[in-house]
Amino acid sequence: MTIVFWILSFLTVLGGLAAVTLRNTVHCALAVAVAFAGLALLYLQLDAQFAGFAQILIYIGAVAILVVFAILLTRGSDTPTDGIFSRTWFAGTAIAAAVFAVLGWAVIQSVHALPHETAAPAVTVNQIGNALLGRYVLPLEIVALLLTAALVGAVMVAMHEKGESK
Amino acid sequence: MQEGMGFTQQLTASSIAQVLWLIPAVPMVASGVIALLKQPRRKLASALAIGSLGFSLLLALFAFGHVVAGWSQGFSVRETVNFTWMQMGTGTVDLGWVLDPLSAVMLVMVTFVGLLIFIYSTGYMAHDENYTRFFCFLSLFAGAMLGVVISNSLLLLFMCWELVGLTSYLLIGFWYQKPSAAAAAKKAFLTTRVGDIFFLLGIVWLFAQTGTLLLYNNGAGSIEPDALIGLLAAHAGWGLSAAGAIALLIFAGAAGKSGQFPLHVWLPDAMEGPTPVSALIHAATMVAAGVYLVARVYPLMAAGGTLSQAGEVAGSTTAALTVVTWVGAGTAVFAALIAVAQNDIKRILAYSTVSQLGYMMAGLGMGGVAVGMFHLITHAFFKALLFMGAGSVIHGCHEEQDIRRMGGLRKEMPVTFATYAIGMLALSGFPLLFSGFWSKDAILESALHWHPSSGPFYLLAFGAMLTAFYMTRQVCYVFFGKYRGHGHAHESPRVMTMPLAILAFFAIALGILGTPAWPWFRAFLEGHAAALEMGKFGEPEFWSLLAISATVVFLGLFLGWWLYDSKSPQAEEPDALEKVAPPVWGWLRDRLYVDEFYVVTVIAFYAWWARVADWLDRRVWGGAVAAVTGAFRALAHFDRFFDTQFVDGTFDKGCEELYSGGGLLARVQNGRVQTYLRLLAVAVVMLAAILIWSSAR
Amino acid sequence: MTALGGYLLVAALVFAIGLGGALTRRNAILVLIGIELMLNAANLNLIAFWRYGPHPEALTGMMFAVFSIAVAAAEAAVGLGLVISIYRHTRTTDLDEMNRMKG
Repeated sequence: MTIVFWILSFLTVLGGLAAVTLRNTVHCALAVAVAFAGLALLYLQLDAQFAGFAQILIYIGAVAILVVFAILLTRGSDTPTDGIFSRTWFAGTAIAAAVFAVLGWAVIQSVHALPHETAAPAVTVNQIGNALLGRYVLPLEIVALLLTAALVGAVMVAMHEKGESK
Repeated sequence: MQEGMGFTQQLTASSIAQVLWLIPAVPMVASGVIALLKQPRRKLASALAIGSLGFSLLLALFAFGHVVAGWSQGFSVRETVNFTWMQMGTGTVDLGWVLDPLSAVMLVMVTFVGLLIFIYSTGYMAHDENYTRFFCFLSLFAGAMLGVVISNSLLLLFMCWELVGLTSYLLIGFWYQKPSAAAAAKKAFLTTRVGDIFFLLGIVWLFAQTGTLLLYNNGAGSIEPDALIGLLAAHAGWGLSAAGAIALLIFAGAAGKSGQFPLHVWLPDAMEGPTPVSALIHAATMVAAGVYLVARVYPLMAAGGTLSQAGEVAGSTTAALTVVTWVGAGTAVFAALIAVAQNDIKRILAYSTVSQLGYMMAGLGMGGVAVGMFHLITHAFFKALLFMGAGSVIHGCHEEQDIRRMGGLRKEMPVTFATYAIGMLALSGFPLLFSGFWSKDAILESALHWHPSSGPFYLLAFGAMLTAFYMTRQVCYVFFGKYRGHGHAHESPRVMTMPLAILAFFAIALGILGTPAWPWFRAFLEGHAAALEMGKFGEPEFWSLLAISATVVFLGLFLGWWLYDSKSPQAEEPDALEKVAPPVWGWLRDRLYVDEFYVVTVIAFYAWWARVADWLDRRVWGGAVAAVTGAFRALAHFDRFFDTQFVDGTFDKGCEELYSGGGLLARVQNGRVQTYLRLLAVAVVMLAAILIWSSAR
Repeated sequence: MTALGGYLLVAALVFAIGLGGALTRRNAILVLIGIELMLNAANLNLIAFWRYGPHPEALTGMMFAVFSIAVAAAEAAVGLGLVISIYRHTRTTDLDEMNRMKG
C-alpha cells in the first residue's frame, strides 16, 4: 500500500472512468489508452515485467490504435444527437454497482485469508521463453491458430463485399 | 216354501238347460258374422239374423215346454248351470244361467216378438243403405237381451245389461248423421248409466255381504233363504236392512232402464231411432229388462216382509217394495198426462210405454211377480203392435210423423187400421175381450187390496182413464177425419202387415192366460196348480172391480171421442183441449219441464264442473308444468350464464393472462445486446452472492 | 487491508467501471472498450495473485496473463471488424437501434 500504488491506481481508475463517460468517442479511446498505461505500470510495480511490457506493446500499441481506427471508420467522432448513454443507463449503472459491491464484499470478507508473500517470484524472460516453447507450447500453438483465425476473420468481416457501394 | 199342492223343486239340470246358453249365443255369433260381411249382402245379413233368432225361438219353446211339462207333473222347475270363471284369491267369480218359469216365459216372449220385428224390419228398412249394419246391431241386441234373461250370475247379468245399453245406443243413433239422433243416443246411454251406477253398487254390496254372485246355487245363492237371513240381519242406516238397501239400489238400475221418473227422459227422445228399434227396444224388450230384473231379485225385495216368496198380498210389505210401488204409480200418471198433449205419433207411444212400465212396477210392488210379469208380457205384444203399426203409418205417409198432418187413414190403410185399433183397445184396457184389460185389472185388484195406502189405486185408475183418452185422441187424429197431409197415403207391404196381424191375434188371445177363472200364468210362475174355476166370475169382488175399471175406460174413450172425432180438426188449429185450458196444455205439451230442469241443474252443474276441471287443468296442472318448465329454463339460462361467465371467462382470462405473460416475457428478447449483457451480469451477481454467502457461513 | 487486497479492490473497481460502460453506452465501440477494461481488470487480478500468492509454479500466473492479453487482442480485432461491418449495413453504431434479433 505504498504511495506509488495509490497514484497508479488513481490514474488507472480515472482513465477508466474517463473512457466510459466522455462524450467524444476519440477522447474515450485516448482515455482508455491511459488506463492501459496505468495498468502496465501497475504490473511493473508487481514485478511482472514481461506482462507489463506485453501490456504496453499489445494493448496500447495495437488495441487502442485499432479502436481509434474503428472509431474513425464509423464516424464515431460525430457527437450523437440524442445522448451518449442509453435510455435505461440507470439500470446498467446499478448492475455495475451491484457487481462491484459483490466483488468488494468478497474481497473484504476474505482479506485475512489472502496470502501475502513478501518475496516476488523470480521469473526471467529466459524462463518465459523456455516455458513458452517447452511446457506451454500447446497453448502457444493454439493461440497462434486463434490469432490467425482472428486475423482472417476480421479481414473477412470488415472487407468490402463485391458490388457493394461504400 | 210352496203353497198349493205340494210342488217339489227340481234342481238337476236337464239337457235343455245345459244348452240354454245357445239361446243368446247364436244371435251374438250371427251378429259377429254379419259385422264381417260387406254392405251389399243384405239378404244374407237379414237371413242370418232372422235365422239365428228363429233358432233361439225354437230352443226357447223347447225350454218352455220342458218347464211346462215339469209344472204339469207337479215339479217347480228351477235348473241352474253354474261355473267358475275366475279365481280371485279366496273368492271366485261365478257365471251361470237358470231355467225356471220366469226365464222361460220371458225367453219365449223376447224371441217371438223379436222374430216378428226382425221380419217387419226387412220391409221397413228395405230402402235404407245401412241395412246390413242394422241387422248386425239388432242381432247383437237380441243376444244381449236373452243373456240378461237367462243369467243366474249378477255379474253376467250386469255384463249383458251393459251390452243391451250399448246396442240400444247404437240402434237409437242408427241414423247418426242426424244431430238429434246422435244426441238422443247419448242421452239414453248417459241416463241409463246413472241408474247402472246404483245397480253396480248394489251388486258389489250383495257380493260383499253374501260372498257369492250367483242368484240360485242349490241353497247357497245370494237370494236364497240362507243368504237372505244374513242380509236382513245386517243394518244399513235409515232404518233399512242390507236387504232393503241393496234392493233399492238394484231398483235404481231398473228404474233407469225402464224409464221410471226421474230417469225417464231418455225414452221419448229415443224415438229418433228407426221404428223397428222403437218397437223392439222400447216396447217389448229392453225397457222390460228393468221390470224383469225386479222380478228376478224379488225374493230380495220382499225379504223381511211377511209376504210369501211368491208375493201374495197378505201381511206387511217391505220398504223396497213400497218405493217401487209409489215410483211406479207416480210415473204411470205423470207420463200419461204428458202423453195427452204430444203431437208426434211415436212420442205419444213412448210416453205411453213409460206409463205402462209404471203400471208394471206398481204391479210388482203390490201384487208380486206374477201380476207385474203378466202385464209385461201382454204389454210387449200390444205395444210392439202399436209401434209397428205407427211405423206402417209413417211409412205409408212418406215419413210423416206429426199426427196433425195425418187423418182418415182407415180408408187407405185398412189392415194397419184394424190391427192398430186392436192394439189401442188392448192398451186402453177395453173390458173382457183384450189381454190388456185382464193384466191391468190384476194390477188394479192388487192395488185395491194394498194395505199401506189406497193412493196407488186412485192414481192407477186415473192413469187408466188418461190412457184411454190419449189413445182415442191419437186414433182419431190419425185414422179418422180428412187426410191433412201431402201426397197420397198407401198401405204397407205384406211383409210389414203380417207381423201386425200376428201380434193383434196375441193381443187378444193372451188374455185367456190371466183371468181369475183360470189364472194359468200366475200359477205357472208361482209354482202351484191352476184350476179352472168359472165360479170366480160370479164373485161380487170381481164385478165391482170390473165396474170401476170399465167406467174409467169408457169415460176416457168417450171424452176422447167427443173432443176429437166429432170435430175433425184442421192441421193448424189448436188442439181441442188446448182451447179449454191453454196453460195446462202448454205444460203438458212441454213435458212438464223435466228436461229443462235437468239442463238447469244437472247439466249446468256438470258444465260448471267441467269448466272448473278445465281451469284446473290449464291453470293449476298446466301452471305446475309451466312452472317446472320455467324452472328448467331458468336453470338452463343460469347454467349458460355460469358457463359463459365463469367457466369460459375463467378459461379465457387464464388464456389471456398466459398470452400477456408470454408477451411480457417476450420483451426480454428485445434483440439488444446490452440487455442480454445486463441479464448475464445480474445472474452472475446473484450466483456469486449465493456462493460467497454460503461459504462465508 | 493488505497489499493484495488493495490490488484486488482496484481490479474490482476497474472491472465495475468497464461493466458499467459496456452496459450503458450507446456506441458499440465504447462497449468494446468497456469489455477491454474488464479483461484488463481480470489480468490485474491474475498478476496480483501471482505476486502475492504461493507460487510452487512460478510461471503459471504470468503465462496465464500473457495468454489472456493475446486472446483479448484477437477478440478486439474481430469485434471491431464486426462493428465496422454492421456500420456499413445500418449506417449507425447505436446499440439501441440494433434490435433486429428481437422476438
